[in-house]
Amino acid sequence: MKKWFAWLALAAAVLTLSSCGYNDFQAKDEATKAAWSEVVNQYQRRADLIPNLVNTVKGYAAHEKDTLEAVTQARAAATSFQITPEVLTNPEAFSKFQQVQGQLSSALSRLMAVSENYPQLKADTSFRDLQSQLEGTENRITVARQRYIAAVQEYNVLARSFPSNITAKLFSYAVKPSFTVENEKAISTAPAVNFGK
Amino acid sequence: MPFFRFFLALLLASLLPQVGAQTFAAIPPLSSHVVDQAHMLDEQQRHTLDQVLSEYEARSGSQIAILLVSSTAPEVIEQYSIRVAEAWKLGRKGIDDGVILLVAKDNNKALRRLRIEAGRGVQGSLTDAKSKRILEDVIAPHFRQNDYYGGLAAGISALTSVLDEEHLPAAQKKSAAAIDNDGWLNVVAPVIFLIVFFAVVMYARRGPRNNLNSNGWGNHATGVILGSVLSELSRSGSSGRSSGSFGGGGFGGGNAGGGFSGGGGGFDGGGASGNW
Repeated sequence: MKKWFAWLALAAAVLTLSSCGYNDFQAKDEATKAAWSEVVNQYQRRADLIPNLVNTVKGYAAHEKDTLEAVTQARAAATSFQITPEVLTNPEAFSKFQQVQGQLSSALSRLMAVSENYPQLKADTSFRDLQSQLEGTENRITVARQRYIAAVQEYNVLARSFPSNITAKLFSYAVKPSFTVENEKAISTAPAVNFGK
Repeated sequence: MPFFRFFLALLLASLLPQVGAQTFAAIPPLSSHVVDQAHMLDEQQRHTLDQVLSEYEARSGSQIAILLVSSTAPEVIEQYSIRVAEAWKLGRKGIDDGVILLVAKDNNKALRRLRIEAGRGVQGSLTDAKSKRILEDVIAPHFRQNDYYGGLAAGISALTSVLDEEHLPAAQKKSAAAIDNDGWLNVVAPVIFLIVFFAVVMYARRGPRNNLNSNGWGNHATGVILGSVLSELSRSGSSGRSSGSFGGGGFGGGNAGGGFSGGGGGFDGGGASGNW
């Protein structure tokens, strides 16, 4: 009788161990961290491109001072933002990170729009190269963000669903923040097009 | 009646994801180095390009593929091509030396019509700027004359000469024996463990009988520890097996002639897009 009970206990132990999801948490936690490093890495890559880009544009369009300064300032703000591991567990820091990078994105897109007005600048080969590097890096950022979102989604589903949420509570695996659309309002309102300019 | 409504809702919910998936352009299977869905090439031309790319893969180990589709709408070409890259997994695993040249013939200009998707491992020489130049200076002039074959051939020769600058590991044929060996170990390890496991359990069951204070705990503890180790082992065993057959399968098949599949290379979205 006792033997029988011991076997039952063993079976129960094996079952609970494989369903509590502790190991899944290890795997998925690491996956989100890896995806996050890739995001940070690509943002850094973009920041590294900017000084060259600004200098090149300056050579042809020096009087676009405001736009150039806005980019430089936004870059300074983005690079001075301390990216600590806590960013992943702190939704506020996360949204702050998203905000500074978003500001840099919009400053950059203004700069690229302005540069359309300078045919000589557009013909410059180093500007063309920088432009395509920037374009490629923006796409890398998009891809890295998508992959981060997917990784966090998997992780969060695990952290929230039963019975693995008990494991999450026990070992404090909190739900992680993910990227959201930064400017929902700006996207939902159609841009004003003015050809009269 | 509420039950019926609930059932209907469930049915609808199960249909929804499929409807969502259908709105994106489908990714064709990787049948050869040149996949022509838009009928831009005749069979002879397609075969020639395929031959060139197969030979290049045999020589250098790097996988380059051409995909010609009519449209990627509603996605922009970058989004579509990263999905293709993730599905095809061109390039050797760990070296990530795959390249996709994607043409979406009937895309409008805002979605872009040309794209080079560069694997992580080739971006040292095939920078985004180089990719852009190949698209704009090599391929686009031919395409403007409706010379699709000429553009693709010129683009391929530009791509391969750029890739040759990269000092990648030489091509090597992965022997089927090595893969089998690997898989064999993964299968046998859990079996050996099972045998040991049962031996220990048998021993532990017999043990307490001689012991005065036998309360079954001895059994239990061994069981828990062994059980957890066993489940861990079988988990890692199965995952190792699947990734092993994945990386190897692609290459063995590709070199043998017949089929062709990606080797497990990774992409990060680098490359360039353009129009003609």
